Amino acid sequence: MVDTVKKPKATRDAYGEALLELGRKRKDIVVLDADLSGSTKTNKFAKEFPERFFNMGIAEQDMIGTAAGLALSGKVPFASTFAVFETGRAWDQIRLTVCYSRTNVKLVASHGGITVGEDGASHQALEDIAIMRALPNMSVIVPSDANETVSVINAVADHKGPVYVRLGRAKVPHVMPENHSFILGKAHIFHIGKDATIVACGIMVDAALRAANILKKDGIDAGVINMSTVKPLDEKALLDAAKTSKLIVTAEEHSVIGGLGGAVAEFISENRPIPVKRIGVLDSFGCSGTPEQLLRHHGLTAEHIVETIKKFAGL
Amino acid sequence: MSQAWMITDIEKLKETAKEIRIEILKMLTSAGSGHTGGSLSAVDIAVAIYFSKMRFNPDDPFWPDRDRFILSKGHAAPLLYAILAKAGYFSSDILCDLRKMESPLQGHPCCKSIPGVEVSTGSLGQGLSVANGMALGLKLDNNPARVYCIMGDGEIQEGQVWEAAMTASHYGLDNICAVIDRNGLQIDGPVEKVMGIEPLTDKWAAFRWHTQRIDGHDMESILGALAEADKTRGKPSVIIADTVKSKGVSFFEGKVEYHGVTPSNEELEKAIKEINNG
Repeated sequence: MVDTVKKPKATRDAYGEALLELGRKRKDIVVLDADLSGSTKTNKFAKEFPERFFNMGIAEQDMIGTAAGLALSGKVPFASTFAVFETGRAWDQIRLTVCYSRTNVKLVASHGGITVGEDGASHQALEDIAIMRALPNMSVIVPSDANETVSVINAVADHKGPVYVRLGRAKVPHVMPENHSFILGKAHIFHIGKDATIVACGIMVDAALRAANILKKDGIDAGVINMSTVKPLDEKALLDAAKTSKLIVTAEEHSVIGGLGGAVAEFISENRPIPVKRIGVLDSFGCSGTPEQLLRHHGLTAEHIVETIKKFAGL
Repeated sequence: MSQAWMITDIEKLKETAKEIRIEILKMLTSAGSGHTGGSLSAVDIAVAIYFSKMRFNPDDPFWPDRDRFILSKGHAAPLLYAILAKAGYFSSDILCDLRKMESPLQGHPCCKSIPGVEVSTGSLGQGLSVANGMALGLKLDNNPARVYCIMGDGEIQEGQVWEAAMTASHYGLDNICAVIDRNGLQIDGPVEKVMGIEPLTDKWAAFRWHTQRIDGHDMESILGALAEADKTRGKPSVIIADTVKSKGVSFFEGKVEYHGVTPSNEELEKAIKEINNG
């Protein structure tokens, strides 16, 4: 299932290409950036469609309000910057003019999570999923690889309403089947495990798949669900997992507070209680380091998922 | 598009402003809470914009060629609702439901609950950015419609306003006319005492806006300023309108206590008499 032939690719790179293609197909697509177009990869769109690209300077709050205004005049705006600034700096603007006003704004942020690396904690968004998920009318999506990102971008362009898409800086392996087509709110179930099921999003889908392979060799049946839509959750997929598995482990490159783990724990505890263990960053900020060092430091690895399942699945 | 409500006679505009003031006071008395001072200070400006300048169609609130109006100082919601009812967006019968449970007339304007409200406001400092986005969208479509945005003077203490001020001039948004309701008071006291904003004209000029400073209760001055803004090309226009908080009700005028306090039934009666005789 895992494509080992294709080279790893960052989801932000896939975004830049998908946005350009979308711009060629649809004249109503407009793009805004806050002086980070080279990093978010909106610069490809900017180069080909300068009249539909608005660099807002280092002014995220104004960018969000402007995007809402463009949506209200019938455009489909994609507003991009780093995840920390997009969601944190402009949260009230997103709340009032995007979510409460239900404008058709697409927030697509790069540099989610600790794999931002050397820039350190100020630039590593670890709370963005939580604060976007708390907003009514908002959908939250964390694609797992480059192909899924392309599919996500096309899907959100067709979806009417506010969307937050979280992308990463680092290159990630291809994990989704070649023919996969993303549907908002629908998880991709690789497999439901008898012993445990790992519910992951973003780069942690790859770690989850590797963990399941390691466990298989030890005779442990661990399944994997790619819950790329964190909101609305695919409740059916979760119920299927809770009916079959003894344990659900969530894995995300985000704080364990309020993100995918929080969402899954809330749903499972209220609807079909079974043990849930959350893997993520434990109520702390990140720090400078290479992405690999940081992932190891925070236990965002296949090995840590394996240990967690062995410890808590009653095996 | 028919413009049946278009008022060209200044005396009629003044009469309309009186009607709107009375509606606002009635609504606020019925609600028992809300923002009296800042609703009344912006009446003349808003009446002039809606009833002498703007093209819109209450039967088709999303008519693409309509001029847009954003009440960035969302706490003046009673003013917007009274105007929208007068313009025919909904019946004035519901005005007395302001701020009540299940009423479409939310304490601060919600674009999803009542037609004619272009975007939800209430958290200050955000309207001009949205106006810019609308203006950019209209320009992309070669649509000649204009965008009006009323801000409070205290409101422009918000940093986002100045981000938006840069954007509007950077993109040459001459289809925008912003108005600052310079009533001089904010909740905690005089604006200049809480956090001074002068020199206003110089500030906006430095941000590369076309500036005008007028008496915001003088209908002729307002109409003249709006006409000049219409003609300005290549840059956005701001009208700094010097106004009086609670204008029209002498015993409330200029009193900071009436920022967020509503009239009693007795005060309402007295105020209506005064406005009708004024």
